Amino acid sequence: MPKHNVTATINGDETDFTCRTDQTLLDVLRDVLYLTGTKNGCGTGDCGACTVIMNGRPVNSCLVLGAEVDGAEIETIEGMAKGNELHPLQQKFLDHAALQCGVCTPGILNMAKSFLEKNPDPTETEVRFALAGNLCRCTGYDKIIRAVMDAAAEMRENAR
Amino acid sequence: MNEESRGRLGSNYQWVGKNTRRPDGVDKVTGRARYGDDMKLPGMLYGKILRSPHAHAKIVKLDTSKAEALKGVKAVVTGADIPDHEPAKPPYPPIINDFHDISRNVMAKDKVLYDGHAIAAVAATSEDIAKAALKLIEVEYEILPHVLDPKEAAEPGAPILHADQTTYESGSDAPSNLFRSSRGERGDLDAGFAEADVIVERDFSSEPIHQGYIEPMACVASVSEDGAVELWMTTQGHFVARQLLSKLLNIELAKLRVTASEIGGGFGGKTTVYQEPVAIRLAQKSGRPVRMAMTRSEAFRATGPTVGSRMTVKMGVKNDGTITAADAEIWYQAGAFKGAPIGRAADTFFSPYDIPNMRVAAHDVCSNRPKIAAYRAPGAPMACLGTEMVLNELAEKIGMDPVEIRLKNAVKEGDQSLMGTKHGRIGMIEVMEETKNHPHYAAPLGPNQGRGIAVGYWLHGGGLSSASVILQDDGTVNVATGNPDIGGSRSSMRAMAAEELGIDVELIKPIVGDTGQLPYSYQTAGSRTTYATGWAVVNAAREVIDKLRAIAAKKWDIPLEDVRWDAGQAIPTDNHTGIEPMSFKELAAMATKFGGAVAGHSEINAGGAGAAFSSQIVDVEVDPETGFVKPLRYTVIQDVGRAISPDYVEGQMQGAAVQGIGWALNEEYIYDDQARLLNTGFLDYRMPVASDVPMVDCVIVEVPNPNHPYGVRGVGEPCLVPAPAAVANAVENAIGKKMGSLPFNPPKVLKAIQAG
Repeated sequence: MPKHNVTATINGDETDFTCRTDQTLLDVLRDVLYLTGTKNGCGTGDCGACTVIMNGRPVNSCLVLGAEVDGAEIETIEGMAKGNELHPLQQKFLDHAALQCGVCTPGILNMAKSFLEKNPDPTETEVRFALAGNLCRCTGYDKIIRAVMDAAAEMRENAR
Repeated sequence: MNEESRGRLGSNYQWVGKNTRRPDGVDKVTGRARYGDDMKLPGMLYGKILRSPHAHAKIVKLDTSKAEALKGVKAVVTGADIPDHEPAKPPYPPIINDFHDISRNVMAKDKVLYDGHAIAAVAATSEDIAKAALKLIEVEYEILPHVLDPKEAAEPGAPILHADQTTYESGSDAPSNLFRSSRGERGDLDAGFAEADVIVERDFSSEPIHQGYIEPMACVASVSEDGAVELWMTTQGHFVARQLLSKLLNIELAKLRVTASEIGGGFGGKTTVYQEPVAIRLAQKSGRPVRMAMTRSEAFRATGPTVGSRMTVKMGVKNDGTITAADAEIWYQAGAFKGAPIGRAADTFFSPYDIPNMRVAAHDVCSNRPKIAAYRAPGAPMACLGTEMVLNELAEKIGMDPVEIRLKNAVKEGDQSLMGTKHGRIGMIEVMEETKNHPHYAAPLGPNQGRGIAVGYWLHGGGLSSASVILQDDGTVNVATGNPDIGGSRSSMRAMAAEELGIDVELIKPIVGDTGQLPYSYQTAGSRTTYATGWAVVNAAREVIDKLRAIAAKKWDIPLEDVRWDAGQAIPTDNHTGIEPMSFKELAAMATKFGGAVAGHSEINAGGAGAAFSSQIVDVEVDPETGFVKPLRYTVIQDVGRAISPDYVEGQMQGAAVQGIGWALNEEYIYDDQARLLNTGFLDYRMPVASDVPMVDCVIVEVPNPNHPYGVRGVGEPCLVPAPAAVANAVENAIGKKMGSLPFNPPKVLKAIQAG
């Protein structure tokens, strides 16, 4: 299998890696770069657990090839907090008890973050549809939706 | 926390019953938390399993030589590498761990019994090579006839899965897929039905539902040259896993150290072993650490869903609503190996009600599907479905409100369940009163909308638990328990320890210890952890307090009994004047000068677990043109005894509600005519997504369990029990037609609407 030398910006750092053609971005993050915060729930783009932000857009990293990200900017869960300061979404997930097992949480946080950048003042229904590609089996979504709505409100307040 | 719960919970506790930020929270929102597949060891190999594409077949030939010869392959394992064991012998306990079966489920020996059954495994230097090696394994099958339906499988003449399995109790030597039945009876059934003014008898069915945890099974096994084994795995119970692995693979317990990773959901599904024995054998053979992680498709095909069911339920009532008789028979689909939760069926069918005459029969039937595993209140949601749908029809027929009929027959303190559980203080009546008075119950409904209610019963578990409360000399504390934390148990352990010690929760760091660090603890299952392990934490904390009191007594040179503990301080009794109380922190700092470091330990076998009830109100809207059902409003009312961490209690209730929606409306295993599973991914096995469901309102009812230091009852399971029934009742209410076969998906609902 041919190998590719790839350079991408990952969480703000220029990062070089080598991957085979068939390795996904998820494989690269987890197995090559050891950024295991991105989770593998299905490998087929159905659960959203591996959601990362690529050039400003949320993607299922299991559906992107490692070789495709040459020159791209990738944001993973490991880059969401700034130093010890949690992102408002991370903080609100804790405040609202919006996680139980936590394995879907990194993907949901990334999806919510990029959604709120486009729609900073969403309705509950809009949040539900934005997160419809991210499965959570523990929470029934209630507290997740509340946390995202509350984070949106705080982020709007902070942006004033 | 939802508005409806707020303000209801009252106690004088400082930490118990308060919402605090969960101790594992930051690691989970930053990606630091390490799950099953997040462990990497130096030199680690990648293990993969070859699985049967057939539902039932003899393995005629299995040749791994080409795979073994592939460059990069370091070990190959087949059924011959997993030690065989004698079949379990009667008398059988309620839950059988038959190592004859476990060995064959881990890896087929002579026959494959379901699509996805493991037949060989390889470990290679990369996942790629491992996958390539699987393709080089040559297998020849002789395909045998299969059977899926549990009632058909129990009939004479059905294809037989196990030639050596007969029906226990039958006295017959004829091989049978029916392993055993459980029967319970009370009173005079015929007389009871004769007394009834109205009788309803209906058939129901439910399909196997996968637990649907988002993290597939994953583990890393490492074997030292001296034979010691270390295993990292995602599990609900690493002590139980160790027990199973030790027996299965003949490894001494103390030399088998199992560490539970963070767990990405379990719901009962991660209570046994699948690929872990294979990983250990591959590691033994290769001399290198071996990682194994299932794909989603493997999780569906080869790990246990809950049982499917076929059942008949008959109940009779007088015109005043008194239930005079109830009769149920259920065939549980155990999958390829016995082990359906038949005992629990008898305990859950009619247990919310005090009924003088009743009978329950439950059958444990094998068929060509993956062996079932536990799933939240195993066996109970199906039983509840039948009872609660029949009871609603009876209420309708006698013109009685469905909550009133449940209140009229509600089980209470002093009553006894069919299986003999004598109830102490229980909250069925309180739960139904809250249901009746809830504004949701009286809210108006629009066209094509319907409302359903159902109540579920579950007797939560107790059992073996251990805990260590370890005092550090700076006044901080580690609380170690042997229970993986699925739903926030570390928060609850911390709250109970803080309450006992009288210190801030932030001074306590709870952890999950491995099997080498703590005495045996049963699994995080059966809604038992906050109850039983929490109790152990309370005991261990009290031991710490006693040791600190002893230090104060020595320091003050007064008798131990003259030192009391209150609000985090050692305080001399009033007869000692001029002595200032000493704080927890002061005592912690001086501990080593008074005989050594301080810790408290507890190993218990917690009895006294009690019954818990959950009632649910659901509104749905049905599209009459498509049969599509949209849940509109959902309320869960549950007696939790005492909510130690109310937010996480609500989380259990809300998660169960949505699992119930999936179970009632969508989820099922779909097989082709060769019994091959067709929906092996989340696209086709459609679990509810955020846009499918409404908010879930929670009413936490607290009728403290008198047996527990903080009044705890089990929380995680009771709330799933009535969920499918409540949704199903809402659908029937909306369409004005009777249905009985879950899931109520659009084609079935449409058919029901169109049927006359």
